[in-house]
Amino acid sequence: MGRYIVRRLLWMILVLFVVSFITFGLMHAVPGGPFDREKALPPEIMANLAARYHLDEPLPVQYARYLYDVLIPRFHLMEKGPDGDYIKPTPSLLDDFFVRFHVGPIEFKWMNFGPSYASRSRTVNDVFRQQLPVSFQLGVLALSFALILGVPLGILAALKQNTIWDYLGMSVAIFGVSVPVIVLGPILVWIFGVSLKWLPPTGWGAKPPYVMGLFPSNLGPEFFKYALMPSLALGLVSSASIARLTRASLLQVIREDYIRTARAKGLVERLVITRHALKNSLIPVITILGPLFAALVTGTFITEQIFGIPGMGKYFVTSISNRDYPVIMGTILLYAILLVVANVFVDLMYAYLDPRIRYD
Amino acid sequence: MSAQAGVLKAGAGGIPLTAKRESLTADAFRRLIRNRAAVVGGVIVLLLALIAIFAGQLAPKSYEVQVLVDNNKVPQWLVSVFPSMAPYAKPTTEYLLGADYVGRDLFSRLVYGSRVSLSVALVGPVISLLIGVVYGSVSGFFGGRTDNLMMRIVDVLYAFPTLLFVILLMAFFRSTFAKPDPGSFAYGMSQLDARMGGLLFIFMGIGFTAWETMARLTRGQVLSVREKEFVEAARTVGAGNGRIMFRHILPNIVGPLVVYETLAIPAYISFEAFLSYIGLGVNPPTPSWGSMIAEGGSVIRTYPNQAVFPALALAITMFAFNFLGDGLRDALDPRLRGTQ
Repeated sequence: MGRYIVRRLLWMILVLFVVSFITFGLMHAVPGGPFDREKALPPEIMANLAARYHLDEPLPVQYARYLYDVLIPRFHLMEKGPDGDYIKPTPSLLDDFFVRFHVGPIEFKWMNFGPSYASRSRTVNDVFRQQLPVSFQLGVLALSFALILGVPLGILAALKQNTIWDYLGMSVAIFGVSVPVIVLGPILVWIFGVSLKWLPPTGWGAKPPYVMGLFPSNLGPEFFKYALMPSLALGLVSSASIARLTRASLLQVIREDYIRTARAKGLVERLVITRHALKNSLIPVITILGPLFAALVTGTFITEQIFGIPGMGKYFVTSISNRDYPVIMGTILLYAILLVVANVFVDLMYAYLDPRIRYD
Repeated sequence: MSAQAGVLKAGAGGIPLTAKRESLTADAFRRLIRNRAAVVGGVIVLLLALIAIFAGQLAPKSYEVQVLVDNNKVPQWLVSVFPSMAPYAKPTTEYLLGADYVGRDLFSRLVYGSRVSLSVALVGPVISLLIGVVYGSVSGFFGGRTDNLMMRIVDVLYAFPTLLFVILLMAFFRSTFAKPDPGSFAYGMSQLDARMGGLLFIFMGIGFTAWETMARLTRGQVLSVREKEFVEAARTVGAGNGRIMFRHILPNIVGPLVVYETLAIPAYISFEAFLSYIGLGVNPPTPSWGSMIAEGGSVIRTYPNQAVFPALALAITMFAFNFLGDGLRDALDPRLRGTQ
């Protein structure tokens, strides 16, 4: 098991390198730069901007610089001022996009993801700090909604196969896949936000500072009032596929020999289902949770757009058309990290759910 | 010899099977017809196809002519049904569903928009099948190191947000600031795309992103079929790789692949709507339901008709394809009934 995790982590690092390399190559292969305007800037200004952001260097050097800035932490001793406090060195305007913290007299700075070219006063770390928590909250809520609706629906449909419950459950599933956010969003806003005025049509309830940098500090009705419609719209499609998958896999598991054995030895039906069937039938569901989680957290552009939520999605989409190189790299790497970590987590869940699966 | 052949052809009761044999297709079709939801879905798809083909005859107005004085007009019947819209509405009886922010007839744009959605529904599966099946079957058939390498490539592409690919593709060919040189490949592509109203790159975007799952599915199927006895038998009588692949393996795996593609059609349609929504799909003024929802979404508080009608059209289309896909799956492979 330990060896397996180490191997997966090494593979993950390799994947991240490849993803960063391809992203870097692709975004520089696309014509046009971050400072191209309808009315071209004077060449002197362009040259200054390029020099300021090191865009005049050869691409391999730029790539190496990016990796160096992100990966290698720097640290130095801070001096004590007259009042006994450590003097924080004035950040250099040119490349101070680091995350800084200090332990005693030693100041660390690392993970310099660079500035945002499009919004000058912000760094990629600012975007992560302020926008990621919102997308994270929305994604987690949508995923919870998908699971809370999808799994029971699938179980019900499988246990009462070919009855009214089955057809009802699968109709809900078909409804879910047929009504993507882009359809459900405007309709929900119109009905509950504008016509009935039950819920705020746009906006997000949580404001910084966030608990642990991610979670909302005001988990009350006010928060859920804002969160209800977007997480429902976003989660419904996933709940449909989860319901289908749960039903299919449970139907398969119920026909296995060990279920017959469990029934034959006189186990109560409820225990047969909960102890033996459910645990195994959830494996395919767990499989799609990994990519689903990563996609829900980062790829929620439309939901955020329709419901006016200040999340990551906007940056993900606009950074590419703006050629905002550091934001592109940052968001793509974040997505890739989420995806691979989620997949490793999924593999570990397998081993827990099905003891026959052993990694070595 | 001939006696032997006769025996082989005979059924268990000695009756020649040819006497009353139903072909697999006819059998599947019979099962499909019995499924009421699938028939309804099929009829709607057919209707949509007719609407798309005869859009020019059905649409009462042009989809691109802007009548600025009529902008944001709301149909009279809608105001009567939803009085809450009255304070902002400029009621009209001239437009069936109203007019958009530059005074284009919503109904006509809706009718023409079906062309985009349906062509995506048609072309998406073709591209995905072409690339995915070739890639997956090569990987699965040759196995070993080739398989390993090819599947690792797919793994890396999986870790890649599909959206990045598509947006970069659009940015590469449709860049506003850096136009490609006339005569170059990129220039030719962007010209072709412009002439197709932006559909070319939508197709390419779908193709680029859809084949990966298809490749994995095909590979898995090939892996399981190539170990079967009939493949071994074919090899024993001297069949080559190509013959085994095309005559023995592919016909046996085509069912699940087609079923998967049918069920993926709604995903393609919603992907196109998504692309058009974020402004990377069709070129204006070509109407797409996705771009109409985006335009209408910004005025949903005052003129909900502009976003809700295209949203309903999209939902109906997706429903139809989902019902039809479900029915096809059940019909083509009864064993799969309710397992996928």
